[in-house]
Amino acid sequence: MGGDDIIEVRDLEHAFNDFTAVRGISFTVRRGEIFSFLGPNGAGKSTTINILTTLLPVQKGTVRVAGYDVAREPGKVREAIGIVFQDDVLDRDLTVRETMEFHGRLYSIPREERRRRIDDLLRVVELGPKRDERTKNLSGGMKRRLQIARGLMTRPEVLFLDEPTQGLDPQTRMRMWEYIRQVNEGGTTIFLTTHYMEEADMLSDRISIIDHGKIVVSGTPGELKNTLGEDVVYLETADDMKARESLRGVREIRSVTESPRGLSITISADGSHCLPRIVDVVRGAGIGISSVNLKKPTMDDVFVYYTGRELRDEGA
Amino acid sequence: MAWEFLTVYWREMIRFVRFRTQLFSSLLQPALWMAFFGVAMSSNFNRFTSAVPVPPGVFPVDYLTFMAAGVIAMTTLFTSLFGGISLLFDKNWGLMREMLASPMPRTHIMLGVSLSGMTKSFIQVAIIMAFGLLLGVQFFPGFSATQIALSILGIFTFVGVFSLGFLLFSSTISMRLESPEGLQGIITLLTLPLFFVSNALYPIQAFPPLLQALSIYNPLTHLVSGVRYFALGSEFFAVGARYSYTTTDVLTSFGYLVVFATVMYLLARRTFEKAVVT
Repeated sequence: MGGDDIIEVRDLEHAFNDFTAVRGISFTVRRGEIFSFLGPNGAGKSTTINILTTLLPVQKGTVRVAGYDVAREPGKVREAIGIVFQDDVLDRDLTVRETMEFHGRLYSIPREERRRRIDDLLRVVELGPKRDERTKNLSGGMKRRLQIARGLMTRPEVLFLDEPTQGLDPQTRMRMWEYIRQVNEGGTTIFLTTHYMEEADMLSDRISIIDHGKIVVSGTPGELKNTLGEDVVYLETADDMKARESLRGVREIRSVTESPRGLSITISADGSHCLPRIVDVVRGAGIGISSVNLKKPTMDDVFVYYTGRELRDEGA
Repeated sequence: MAWEFLTVYWREMIRFVRFRTQLFSSLLQPALWMAFFGVAMSSNFNRFTSAVPVPPGVFPVDYLTFMAAGVIAMTTLFTSLFGGISLLFDKNWGLMREMLASPMPRTHIMLGVSLSGMTKSFIQVAIIMAFGLLLGVQFFPGFSATQIALSILGIFTFVGVFSLGFLLFSSTISMRLESPEGLQGIITLLTLPLFFVSNALYPIQAFPPLLQALSIYNPLTHLVSGVRYFALGSEFFAVGARYSYTTTDVLTSFGYLVVFATVMYLLARRTFEKAVVT
C-alpha cells in the first residue's frame, strides 16, 4: 500500500449478534480521489461507513483513516473527517447559522475563524440569505447543502457523504455534484455511498461494490463497465456493404452485422477510443456516414451483473 | 480543561426558549400546584392541625409555607427526571451522531444536558419562590437581608446537586432506551414512590416504620430537609409536628445528595463512553 492512501481497510469484519454484516473486506482510498462505495441495502455499506467514522467499534481487522488507527486513536480520526449523514440530520429549531456555529464549537474552532468559515461556506452553498432561518423551513435541497457546508466546516481531509443526493430532484442533484467536485478540487478526499449508479459513474475516480459483506469488484468506472464486455457501435452509412469491407483491418472489431438500423459493430476494447478510428476508416474509404451511435454497458448493468439484483430503494 | 460542554448547554438552552409550549408549561406547572393544591390543602390542614397546640417557644409555620418547600423539591424532581429526554430525541432523530463523531469528549454531552436541566430547575425554583410570596408563603421568617441571601444560596446549592443527580440518571436511561414512551413509563413508576414516600407534603414522623425507613434513603427527603432548613430555620412547628434541624443533619443530607449525584455521574459516564449510536 502506498503512502498516498488516506483510507486503508484490511480484513475488516463486523458482526451484530449472530449476523455477520461485513466479512473480511480490504480496500484503500487514495488521497484526493472521489471513491464510491456501492452495494444493495443490507450489503454492509452502512456498517463499514460507521466503522470508518468511529461510530462503531472495530471488531476485527485494521482500519486507518488519515494516518490514524481508528481503533486506537478515534479522537484523531474524528478531527480529520467530516460526515454528511444520509438522512437530514439537522436540529429543526436551530437556525442555519446556529447549526454551523454548533458544529464549529464541537470542534473547538476559535470564534473568529468560525465566523469566517461560516460566512464563506454559506456563500459557497448559496445559503447566505437564509442564515437566520430555522432549518425546518428549508427545502430538501437547502438542507442537503447546509449539511455539506457543515461537513466542510472543519476542513476535513476526508469527507464522508452517505447518499448525499437521495430524494433530491434532478436539478438539485446536478448542483450537488458541482459542489462535490468543487470540494474535491479543493483537496478533500471524498468517500461516497450512493444508490444512483449514474452518480457514481459521473463523480468517482474509483468504485468498490460490496455485497453480502464482501467486496465483489473494484476499479475505475470505465474499467468496471469494460469488464462487462462489449461496446456496440451503430453506424448508418451511404453504403453498408462497402463500409463493412473497409473495416476489415480494424483489430478491435470483433464482429460486424447488418441490421435495419445500419451496421452493428461489436468492439472488444473501449468503444469510445475506437469510435473515432472507425469513423476515420469509413470516411477514408469515401463512404458517407449519416449517424453514429455508441452503446456502452452502464453502471446499472455493472451493478446488476455483480450483485445479481437491481438496487433496491427500501430505505436503509 | 475543555469547555465544549458549554456548546451542548448553549444548544439546550436555545431549544428551551424556542419550544414555547415546553417553556410555558414548565414555568406554569409549579405555580399551578401552589395555586390549587397548595391553597386547597392548606385550608384543610390548617383546620385539622389548629387543634394541636403549638409548643411554647417554637415558631409555627402554616401549611402553604410548609408545602412550598415540597413543591420546590417536586418540581426539581420532575424536571430533572425528564431532563434526559432530549438525548433520546437526539438519538432517535440522528442528531446524536454529529456529537459522537466529533472530537468532543463524550462526557460533555451529558454534562451540557445536565447543566441546562439544572438551569431550568433554578428558573422554576425562583418562580415558585416569587409566586409563593404573592400567595402568602412566609419563607425566611425574621431573617436579615444577609441571612436571606445566604439561605437562597443554600437552597440553590441543594437544588443544584439534587437535580444533577437525577439529570444524570435520566441521561443514563435515555441513552439505554429506544423510545420516549419507555422513559415516560419508568419516570411515572419512579415518581410516585419518590414523591409520596418523602417529607414533601406531610411529616414522615407518622409513617409506618417501613415507609419511614425507606423515606430516609429517598434523596427527595434530603432535598426537602435542606430547603426547609434554609427557608424556615432550624426550629419550627408544622402540620402538628415539631421540626428541628441541626447543622449535622443538614450536612448529612447534603452529603447524601453529593454521594447520590456522584454515583449517578459514574453510571452515566460509563454509559456514555460505551454508547454506540448509529
